Amino acid sequence: MIWNTLLLALREIRRNLLRSFLTILGIVIGVAAVITMVTLGNGATQSISDQVSSLGSNLLMVRPGQRMGPGGSAGAPMFKLADVQAIATQVSGIKAVAPETRKAVSVVVGARNWSSVATGSTRDYFTAAGWTLSAGRIFTEAEARGGQAVCVIGATLQRELFGGGDPLGESMRVADFSCQVIGVLAAKGQSAFGSDQDDTIVMPIRTVQRRLTGDPDVRTILVSANDSNATEAVKVRVETLLRERRKIGANEDDNFNVLDTKQIAQTLSTTTRIMTTLLGAVAAVSLLVGGIGIMNIMLVSVTERTREIGIRLAIGALEHEVLLQFLIEAVVLSSLGGLIGVALATGASIGLSSLMSIPYLFDPGINLLSFGISALIGVVFGFFPARRAARLDPIDALRHE
Amino acid sequence: MSAMHDAPEALIRLAGITKVYGSGQAAFQALRGVDLSISAGEFVAVMGPSGSGKSTVMNILGCLDTPTSGSYEFQGVHVETMDRNQRALLRRHFLGFVFQGFNLLGRTSALENVELPLLYRGEPAAKRHAAARAALAQVGLDGWEDHTPAELSGGQQQRVAIARAIVTNPAVLLADEPTGNLDSQRSVEIMELLTELNRQRGITILMVTHEPDMAAYAHRQVHFVDGRVDSDARTPALEAGT
Ligand SMILES: Nc1ncnc2c1ncn2[C@@H]1O[C@H](COP(=O)(O)OP(=O)(O)OP(=O)(O)O)[C@@H](O)[C@H]1O
Ligand SMILES: [Mg+2]
Repeated sequence: MIWNTLLLALREIRRNLLRSFLTILGIVIGVAAVITMVTLGNGATQSISDQVSSLGSNLLMVRPGQRMGPGGSAGAPMFKLADVQAIATQVSGIKAVAPETRKAVSVVVGARNWSSVATGSTRDYFTAAGWTLSAGRIFTEAEARGGQAVCVIGATLQRELFGGGDPLGESMRVADFSCQVIGVLAAKGQSAFGSDQDDTIVMPIRTVQRRLTGDPDVRTILVSANDSNATEAVKVRVETLLRERRKIGANEDDNFNVLDTKQIAQTLSTTTRIMTTLLGAVAAVSLLVGGIGIMNIMLVSVTERTREIGIRLAIGALEHEVLLQFLIEAVVLSSLGGLIGVALATGASIGLSSLMSIPYLFDPGINLLSFGISALIGVVFGFFPARRAARLDPIDALRHE
Repeated sequence: MSAMHDAPEALIRLAGITKVYGSGQAAFQALRGVDLSISAGEFVAVMGPSGSGKSTVMNILGCLDTPTSGSYEFQGVHVETMDRNQRALLRRHFLGFVFQGFNLLGRTSALENVELPLLYRGEPAAKRHAAARAALAQVGLDGWEDHTPAELSGGQQQRVAIARAIVTNPAVLLADEPTGNLDSQRSVEIMELLTELNRQRGITILMVTHEPDMAAYAHRQVHFVDGRVDSDARTPALEAGT
């Protein structure tokens, strides 16, 4: 009987292809929209937290000026290497402290040239900023002290200037001096703000100060805390120390700022989570609209269907057989719609996330949820009108107008 | 199942059947106490003016509708006390119904329409196909199996409806104006078919008709007037056609 009923239901779907298609369409669009939105949102969140954590773990960035960003440091005195030294020796709970002074430079190797940024720092920079090497070595203490023209280059420079080949021991022309490549940084990819983190040259800070900036200033101090729970405490200690060193009075504002990358990460991922929720909500509305579309189609066809039910009852079908048929029909249609929606969403999510260069994260929860909701919509809207009709006397169902 | 009353061979017995449509001001009494007894193997013509309640009584006999009051016994079993499913099973196993308005499934081939009652009886596919083809052939529609109702003339649809009613080999065939849409040639063919079904398969037939010519094929003619049985007589063999 079940088999026969299934057969009847499938036959009915095939017979009413247009109606079936329209029924499915609403569900397909709704399901695909919900899944795609949520999947992309998850990918974006993941990608942002990956990028922020690639800045370095438990990292504090100390800069002159009251706030971050262009002009924020106007008038505020720069840091000196002595400040870095002081933090390293007087603040507890830190893993690494490194100065950072950056300068945009053009780099030439043979016939190729490239615009990049030279970062001057110490050996601790690699720890603080979370860099590892894919080849070669970092500069030695002696090279750092001597301000030697040695540099560790990012993966982008290796690709652009050396065609991806081995650059170790090669010389590059950086601005107006020649610099020997001693190491290559392992690639990190894009930063949370969209810039290419691998487009960088790291060299001893003395080298940058002497040959590029011409002053002994340190633009940024990177402080890496030992423990991710300690960043707040370390931040307070660094602030206290620097206020002291910069002779800031008790009722004066700081003329520097300390930025906690964990906070950025949290802020950014909260933002993207809100975006994901919003997009998901919009998509859920489209699923609802799809459901209403189904209801509409079912109601439009209710006269025809009621007569059909009357005929079936008249020739000896039992109420529950007719209902089972309609139930199967509704379930088959809406799960078909749900499946197509899931497939479409998977394709769209993979395509869009590679386009937006965010990771594709399959979320079983949202797939199951939207599939379940679509099936539910189909059953509710397909089944209940049928149930009403199947409870009529056959002759009343046949007379239905 | 056995009957215990006056006529032991009575297959169907209606007693004091009334039917009221609507309620209150709009209430309309379509049947005003119908008493009718039909024995197995009879071929009965139901006649009467339009609106006299012929279709109403056929629907009640076919268990498609419920009477307002009165009793309906089928093989001695009281139908008016049955529940929906019991009546559906009665329809499924004992009754074949030809509607005044055909009531075929749209966008469904003649063959599938005729197969439908067998499907609900749980017959296997091969048997269903064979029986449906045979029934269509019996009504002169071989070659039209794959046509949908929209592709068939009124008379052809009528014959598909007849094929669907007889495909289960029912105990009782209830036909509401089975020749209403047919030309006289076709009508005669259908009457001959019904006569044959009645004689050879022993199917009890109740047929509504307006045409005395057609009624003449029946053994017995029941006349309805105003929701009551006005006259009930055996067809006078020699007076057939008057
Ligand atoms: N569903 C209904 N609601 C209200 N009145 C109805 C309904 N069905 C039938 N009637 C009324 O009941 C009466 C009997 O109707 P019925 O269909 O039984 O007549 P009939 O004898 O079959 O007529 P015809 O020869 O035209 O088919 C008619 O007056 C009709 O208007
Ligand atoms: Mg009628």
